[in-house]
Amino acid sequence: MLIFVPAKVVITMHDRPVDKRLHDFNEVDGGLTADEAKIEAERCLQCKKPLCIKGCPVSIDIPAFIREVASDDFKKAAAIIKEQNMLPAICGRVCPQEVQCEGQCVLGIKDKPISIGELERFVADTERAHGMVPPQKKASTGRRVAVVGAGPAGLTASAELARMGYKVTLFESLHSAGGVLMYGIPAFRLPKDIVKAEIDAVLSLGVDLKLNHLVGRSVTVKELLSYDAVFLGTGAGLPYFMGLPGENLPGVYSANEFLTRVNLMHADKFPVYDTPIKKGSRVVVVGGGNVAMDAARVARRLGGKVSLVYRRREEDLPAREAETLRAKEEGIEFVMCTNPVKILGDQVITGVECVRMEMCDLDQSGRPEPAPIEGSHFTIDADVFIAAIGQGPNPLLISEIPELKRGKRGNVIVDDEFRTSMRKVFAGGDVATGAATVILAMGAAKNAAHTIDKMLRQE
Amino acid sequence: MTGLYSIEKAGQLADKVYHMWVKAPHVAHHAQAGQFVIFRIDEKGERIPLTISAVDGDSFRVIFMTIGKTTTHLAALRAGDHIQDVVGPLGKPSEMHRFGTCVLVGGGVGTASLPIIARSLKNTGNRVIGIVGARNAGLLILEDEMTKACDELLISTDDGTKGFHGFAADLLKQVMARERVDAVWIIGPAMMMKVTCEVTRPAGIKTFVSLNPVMVDGTGMCGSCRVIVDGETKFACVDGPEFDAHKVDFNMLMGRLRTYQPEEKDSLERYNAHICACKGGDHHA
Repeated sequence: MLIFVPAKVVITMHDRPVDKRLHDFNEVDGGLTADEAKIEAERCLQCKKPLCIKGCPVSIDIPAFIREVASDDFKKAAAIIKEQNMLPAICGRVCPQEVQCEGQCVLGIKDKPISIGELERFVADTERAHGMVPPQKKASTGRRVAVVGAGPAGLTASAELARMGYKVTLFESLHSAGGVLMYGIPAFRLPKDIVKAEIDAVLSLGVDLKLNHLVGRSVTVKELLSYDAVFLGTGAGLPYFMGLPGENLPGVYSANEFLTRVNLMHADKFPVYDTPIKKGSRVVVVGGGNVAMDAARVARRLGGKVSLVYRRREEDLPAREAETLRAKEEGIEFVMCTNPVKILGDQVITGVECVRMEMCDLDQSGRPEPAPIEGSHFTIDADVFIAAIGQGPNPLLISEIPELKRGKRGNVIVDDEFRTSMRKVFAGGDVATGAATVILAMGAAKNAAHTIDKMLRQE
Repeated sequence: MTGLYSIEKAGQLADKVYHMWVKAPHVAHHAQAGQFVIFRIDEKGERIPLTISAVDGDSFRVIFMTIGKTTTHLAALRAGDHIQDVVGPLGKPSEMHRFGTCVLVGGGVGTASLPIIARSLKNTGNRVIGIVGARNAGLLILEDEMTKACDELLISTDDGTKGFHGFAADLLKQVMARERVDAVWIIGPAMMMKVTCEVTRPAGIKTFVSLNPVMVDGTGMCGSCRVIVDGETKFACVDGPEFDAHKVDFNMLMGRLRTYQPEEKDSLERYNAHICACKGGDHHA
């Protein structure tokens, strides 16, 4: 049998030119036009056994929504996505599709996989531009559920539970909802008005958002446990430092602090906004993940010359390839196989002493173990240093609940249905897994919501 | 401006020192001695930590000195105005048990933290001696309140305009010379805490200080407030703000407190210029 394969269509990224985007925090990728979206959607083979759905942590019926895009019914496409995912404009932008849905696409074997992320984003953006359809919800069950943390996990759990008819109270310690979507991911990757619009859609389900409430402090654990069920989505908020000499000099930041000052507090607009930041003329960012790329690209936009220091090889960088590529385009210097050993300076930072690393035997992660090369020390001039070497689960609330079983890294231990060691208490996202992705947190939260529903219906 | 949290009372206590009662039940109902709040005055505001100084029903009090733009702006607010965001209570409460005789030493605006600690210690069965120090009589605050909260209150001024002519540390030495002291709290500027805690070190008296590093979120997420205590990195917002004074690296604290001095100066100058222009009537904001 002959399968008709459409001519290769290369969807070019609609990235704004580097000289423009370095001067602002507006989105880099402009997204697809309606015509491009339709052409791309028409490439979809509409597989009988679609692998892409299996690759999606929230199980969106991908071929179905793509079919609607191809036949010009963008509204219906949005409805199909939203059955499974209330945050599509966000996910279309920040999901690592290349290792999820797009990584499974059969077209990817010989050609380019369908740009599912771009299509999801297009559908969500189009719906938002024409007025979002209010989500449906079931009749009230009369049961109350507390959700802690309004990041990707907490928002998803809240949306799922509210749609199932539960009365949800969502506690957030910061002054705005969104968690890492607001404080962590920069606006040039994820514009904040889009995050706000999707959060508003979740809140429109009747979710009672309590900002400025730190559970464990403003709300006692006893009050929390008075709800019929509790979902913990407190994230991986604890920044790791490297323990280097000089690490406490002014101008040394965790990526969390650096990004929060800019993304949440708008320190880039100081003094119009009151939060200051050390902009740095020469910035060293240490790390190789998406957070490191974000920090480096923010520092670049603040006007600095930025070096990204990573202890392994470029091919080992855990960041998304597209973001690595953009970081390079934006003039960030990649200093690979290098580790910092000392931050130099007395009152302020003057430089970072580094050592070259050689790649040795493969470690448990299947990557070569880096080891310092004796006598290879060298110095990079710097006045700002940003550690983007990872975050651990936020210990504040979970340490207030001693009955909650925790793993070695401080993460809350959950079973495969997201139950913790305490009845009525569930957890998902980074607090359970350690730092991972937005979509994995959302997938966990969604499944946890269904376990909560199952439990409460059986009571 | 329509923020969430209303200011019930506000006014000046001394030169550059102001007090403010804010209605925020989620804070007031749970606040304990030694804890703090974070304010964000408005949409463009920074997040600043302030110690909870007293609690009454749904409201709590903060006392602050005008140093930079945010505190100057805060001092200009009146009863009926609003604070956009108030999160708290944050940090660990003061260590509370029956120590015996406790001495609470306040330096300048740091005295604001003492009444709530004094009352807690008294309720826990301690004898409490307060020492309030200031540069001069005009800068003394909370004298009446501390007199009521403590079994005994001693006052010092650097220039001798009221009470003992000298430093609070000297009064602390006098108390230690005359009786057994079991625990000491020293709260004030970093340099004052650093110097004063040397008085109790040789005697091995348990001494607490409340640290005031720069914070952003106040929930342990950013690491801006890291301090070194006993050689280990701690986050003042969640591991503190109170720590064993004799184990704190004050030089590191003071170094980090200087981080944004140029920016703070710039921001305050711009704010004052704006206020002057408005008051001059040639500029309608």
